[in-house]
Amino acid sequence: MTTVPARTEKSLGLVIDLDTCVGCQACVTSCKQWNAGGHMAPLTDINPYAGGADGVWFNRVHTFEHVTDAQARTVHFPRSCLHCAEPACVTVCPTGASYKRASDGIVLVDEDKCIGCKLCSWACPYGAREFDTDVGVMKKCTLCIDRIYNANLPEEDRVPACVAACPTGARHFGDLGDPASAVSKLTADRGGVDLMPELGYRPTNKYLPPRSPRRVSQAPAALEPASADDGFLGWVDRILSR
Amino acid sequence: MRPAYSVIFFTTATGAGYGLLALLGLLGAVGTLPSDITLGLVGLGLAMALITGGLLSSTAHLGRPERAWRAFSQWRTSWLSREGIAAVATYLPAGLLGAGWVLLGRTDGWVAAAGVTTAILAALTVSATGMIYASLKPVAEWHTPFTLPAYLIFALMTGLVVLNALLACLGRWDPWWAGFAIAATLAGWAWKIATWWHNDTLRLPSSANTATGLTGGSVRSVEWPHTEENYLLKEMGYRIARKHSERLRLIAQAAAFALPIVLLLTAMMSGALASLIASVLAALLQLAGMLIERWLFFAEARHTVTLYYGR
Repeated sequence: MTTVPARTEKSLGLVIDLDTCVGCQACVTSCKQWNAGGHMAPLTDINPYAGGADGVWFNRVHTFEHVTDAQARTVHFPRSCLHCAEPACVTVCPTGASYKRASDGIVLVDEDKCIGCKLCSWACPYGAREFDTDVGVMKKCTLCIDRIYNANLPEEDRVPACVAACPTGARHFGDLGDPASAVSKLTADRGGVDLMPELGYRPTNKYLPPRSPRRVSQAPAALEPASADDGFLGWVDRILSR
Repeated sequence: MRPAYSVIFFTTATGAGYGLLALLGLLGAVGTLPSDITLGLVGLGLAMALITGGLLSSTAHLGRPERAWRAFSQWRTSWLSREGIAAVATYLPAGLLGAGWVLLGRTDGWVAAAGVTTAILAALTVSATGMIYASLKPVAEWHTPFTLPAYLIFALMTGLVVLNALLACLGRWDPWWAGFAIAATLAGWAWKIATWWHNDTLRLPSSANTATGLTGGSVRSVEWPHTEENYLLKEMGYRIARKHSERLRLIAQAAAFALPIVLLLTAMMSGALASLIASVLAALLQLAGMLIERWLFFAEARHTVTLYYGR
């Protein structure tokens, strides 16, 4: 049913640290690798080794240049489904294929009900949904529901593939509906923000803005005079200084 | 937004079809139109052909058209679902109207009631189509108060111009019909100009700053995540050159509004044969012009996802 639950027991989502993301694309490839065989498989690639390559990806990393009066910096920006509290992608769906789970807030697509009308991708301001032209249905991030609840995986691996892959710890997974959770505290500490809050989709995922650049607080100590005035090195110094 | 030909044909054809159907239902019920069997057969037949052809064409853009029946289930939240239900529901009173008009040759009593019901459901269907677009917050040019009335005005306008041509073909024409068609076309033209005037100053509801959460200063895209166009850029990142847009706007205005008005004026002032030819030409030109107008409706619409690509 495309009616969005009034509230969800949990609000599982990601917190993405734009300060530490180095744009290595490990989360992108890890996501593709896991999900090509996961819940929404296949993640079709069209012409992967030729010109005009196209394909379905759940997670893409952009690079921006952010220039303010104080500084200019390069910001790597991973973009994936934000599992919104008000997901218009769900309410516009005519078939009930799109839904938001009342248990954990994850937004999913039932591939067996999707008619491929693409209206959900129009309704998403963030570009989180990508159409699979080969299968004829819409695909999107599942927050790796086949990892996070997977009893066959070791406890520490029950996180989304993108989080497991991140070498700099820029991606965090948890319950953003619980103010005591690590991700909620991290968001509060670092001033995490919603993307496009003015549209009212109330995204679950938060982005941590880059920290202010460290100011050099002390001038470095002056160097010691390098001249040696006696002995062999003093003689060499005098000879070379002529 | 990418202009999908099946959707352009669908919205234009069903607009004219529902407009014509509603006019036949209402004007038949009040007795303005004669309860002539030929008019009932040809008029309702043409309206249903436009509607059914459009609806079938709309399934052509689906990835899995064989599952289209599932689209009738989510009327609680989805305008697309409501559109589908209203479209199918319209067939019922339209069928009764057709049975009364074509088989019994009458448009009074229960046939009139069926006609009025048909007109109401036709208006609801066109409104649902308009709301599909008007309700999409990420698309600046669609999420405006102009979108829903545009769909209703254009349905009435094309329906009336087609009805005028139809009456001319069946020898039931008098200059008043051309006069009404001119008035509707003027209204449509004014609404389109007002819409363009409004949209040309529109900005996307978000900025690259709010899209990335980076406050202050400027945010410039320096590298995309991919080297080739992906689904998002093909579907939502469609761009039209400004010079093409300006020229197409002129062509659309000439074909959909200006020339039909001239032709209809000619029809009002000429003999039977000339007015017949002018009326039919006006309808064909207007429908062609509306296809261009609808193409621009998509091609000129911008989506917030383009902010991530610096477009």
